Amino acid sequence: MKSKLNLDPKVVDSARNHANNIAHDMQDFIDRHTTVSTERTVARLLGVDGVDDVDNPLPNVLVDQLKEAGALPTGVAYMLGNAVLKTGKTTQEIAEEIGAGKLDITKLPLCSKEEALEALKPFIKKTFARIDEQKAKRQEMLSRIGEGSEPYLYVIVATGNIYEDVVQAQAAARQGADIIAVIRTTAQSLLDYVPYGPTTEGFGGTYATQENFRIMRKALDEVSEEVGRYIRLCNYSSGMCMPEIAAMGALERLDVMLNDAIYGILFRDINMQRTLVDQFMSRVIIGYCGIIFNSGEDNYLTTDDAIESAHTVTASQFINEQFAVLANIPEEQMGLGHAFEMDPSTEDGFLLELSQAIMAREIFPKARLKYMPPTKFMTGNIFRGHIQDALFNLVAIWSGQSLQLLGMLTEAIHTPHMHDRYLSIENAQYVFNNCKHIGDEVEFKKDGIIQKRAQEVLGKADALLAEVEKDGLFKTIELGKFGGVKRPYDGGHGLEGVCTKNENYFNPFIEMFMNH
Amino acid sequence: MSEMKTATTVADLTKVKPYGDTLNDGKMELAFTLPVPYGEEAEECAKQYVKKLGFEEPNVTYYKELTPGYTFFVVYGSAQATIDYTQIKVPKVEGEVMDRVACGEWIGENIGRDITVVGASIESDAHTVGIDAIIQMKGFHGHFGLERFKNVVPYNMGSQVPCEELIAKAKEVNADAILVSQTVTQKDIHIMNLTKMVELLEAEGLRDKVILTCGGPRISHELAQELGYDAGFGPGKYAEHVMSFIMQEVKNRGWENKANIADR
Repeated sequence: MKSKLNLDPKVVDSARNHANNIAHDMQDFIDRHTTVSTERTVARLLGVDGVDDVDNPLPNVLVDQLKEAGALPTGVAYMLGNAVLKTGKTTQEIAEEIGAGKLDITKLPLCSKEEALEALKPFIKKTFARIDEQKAKRQEMLSRIGEGSEPYLYVIVATGNIYEDVVQAQAAARQGADIIAVIRTTAQSLLDYVPYGPTTEGFGGTYATQENFRIMRKALDEVSEEVGRYIRLCNYSSGMCMPEIAAMGALERLDVMLNDAIYGILFRDINMQRTLVDQFMSRVIIGYCGIIFNSGEDNYLTTDDAIESAHTVTASQFINEQFAVLANIPEEQMGLGHAFEMDPSTEDGFLLELSQAIMAREIFPKARLKYMPPTKFMTGNIFRGHIQDALFNLVAIWSGQSLQLLGMLTEAIHTPHMHDRYLSIENAQYVFNNCKHIGDEVEFKKDGIIQKRAQEVLGKADALLAEVEKDGLFKTIELGKFGGVKRPYDGGHGLEGVCTKNENYFNPFIEMFMNH
Repeated sequence: MSEMKTATTVADLTKVKPYGDTLNDGKMELAFTLPVPYGEEAEECAKQYVKKLGFEEPNVTYYKELTPGYTFFVVYGSAQATIDYTQIKVPKVEGEVMDRVACGEWIGENIGRDITVVGASIESDAHTVGIDAIIQMKGFHGHFGLERFKNVVPYNMGSQVPCEELIAKAKEVNADAILVSQTVTQKDIHIMNLTKMVELLEAEGLRDKVILTCGGPRISHELAQELGYDAGFGPGKYAEHVMSFIMQEVKNRGWENKANIADR
């Protein structure tokens, strides 16, 4: 396809090549390390779930026992496989006994690595059967009842109460939504455990728990049948429990997960070593399970200026793409993010937004681009806000975005009311239908504002990536080149949960998930 | 159209009501959802509800089923209630508001030392947009943040900062003022967080040794004062509003030579 923006393919290749080198450089580090959250993920995938009598999740209880005994570098798989072999119990029974203070698996005599793996096989098989069943179910529903057309209408529910969320989510689906995201309660991202069971209280959102996933999945399956469209479910594989939540999403058939290689470092002050190791585990799961990940580049523009720093978004999209390649995620599952966040008082701002969005589409032709609505310059003037959202929708249909997180006219006032969502969906449907083929019809003036802008942003992204390649990603983040946020290598939350693997370490899931 | 009793175009400020296109027509638009099934009964229900709120001539201009059992309405009506505008008193942040350059100069001339502030979005709140708008160099909407002010030393601790950490930082750097940002307001979480901050400061005996301010999209000066803050900054307030208040307060309190908290 000919570039409407007259982008130089050599510059695109150069940027992608830099990003590839950056990701490879990091992968060496990632392969040498593990984390408490990655190990808890392995525990969950081996069938450990539930809580002890003081509500500590059993995956935490198990991993904490290893950590305290200095056995974390050996990994959960080896230690748990060994315990299965030596006790004859299931992984869940073992975790329950540890929780009850009756068993210390670090004190058992050790079998060989091969024997440990052999002992785990029935548990691994069971997990894959469950995940494969969920993948097949999604495929079956998609082919039998179909889906909405792109850009998918993506809305959030955020009542704090999972049962109230169900009412809102089903209403939104009936109004035309294609994707429902259950926003997490504020602060969950920094919890170093995943809460358990159904929850009815949260602030600005609802706890991500496996039971809540199950409740919402069931409700969306029901409404999918009713409206004759498969309704996708989205949650967050991010924060301190990034890979654990990916595993829960795999087991409960989530379709979309927010998951970014560097977002947690920049915006949640999670230690960079921790996040980079965790994102790999989460992404191999996501890749296997047919989940679309959403990266969080849009956030750069809430802390940094959307016009001056547009190239950091593009650069980060390249990096997220290459990390995804290393985790064997198909392009169709790469929901690379960007946003409509320029100051609305900017002259020709619409042209710059359009340029950026079309550029993203041209650079990542098969990706499921996720486009985020205006938030920073939403004011409480709902009338103007509704128009800002309409312009955002116009750029989306014009540039062929895939996942359209709908702007709410009441952004900056409250989490959406039921009719806010209806008005937003109506807005998007109107613009998408009315301008359906505008992108096919319109070409841009050679060397005009739109073409020049895209070329300039791409050039700056390429230069930034060259710099990152030279300095390494860790140093780049320390210098504050993304989102204007500086984070130290040894700072932030969760560093104590990172360790190097020893020679006995194995994680049976990485290879199995990568193989698809 | 309601009956025109007078031809006056001058509002009686002791009896104010909404203006549509004619003085005292009381015209207002409302949009809301009722948990009732869509249909003519729903329309009548909305009409009666708006009447009960004190509107005359309610007119349901649009209604639509959102999902079975829920109906959305747009309703126009003529409000009857009036307010005596002349009796209104609104607490405001006192002092003169100066721009960024004038603030820097004023501090140089009147305080004679740097003013130190620490700010954060506290407790569970993960939003940095408010504190960044005030502190970050770029500021917001063309209003530069405190990092760009002369004679001001700001520390931005970001989001999800526990109150204890913010207070510890204030002590460490001998802050003149603490800036607390709150964006999430669901179930009044911001009130709980803001209250916790005041209580902790009081418990540490620091409440009168630092200027305590808060800000956010749903925060007013009145609310801030009720909660025990010295000032509150809502929408439309930028770094210059915050610093104008703080620097004049430093002077009022006679802290020019009391850069250390221990001396105050």
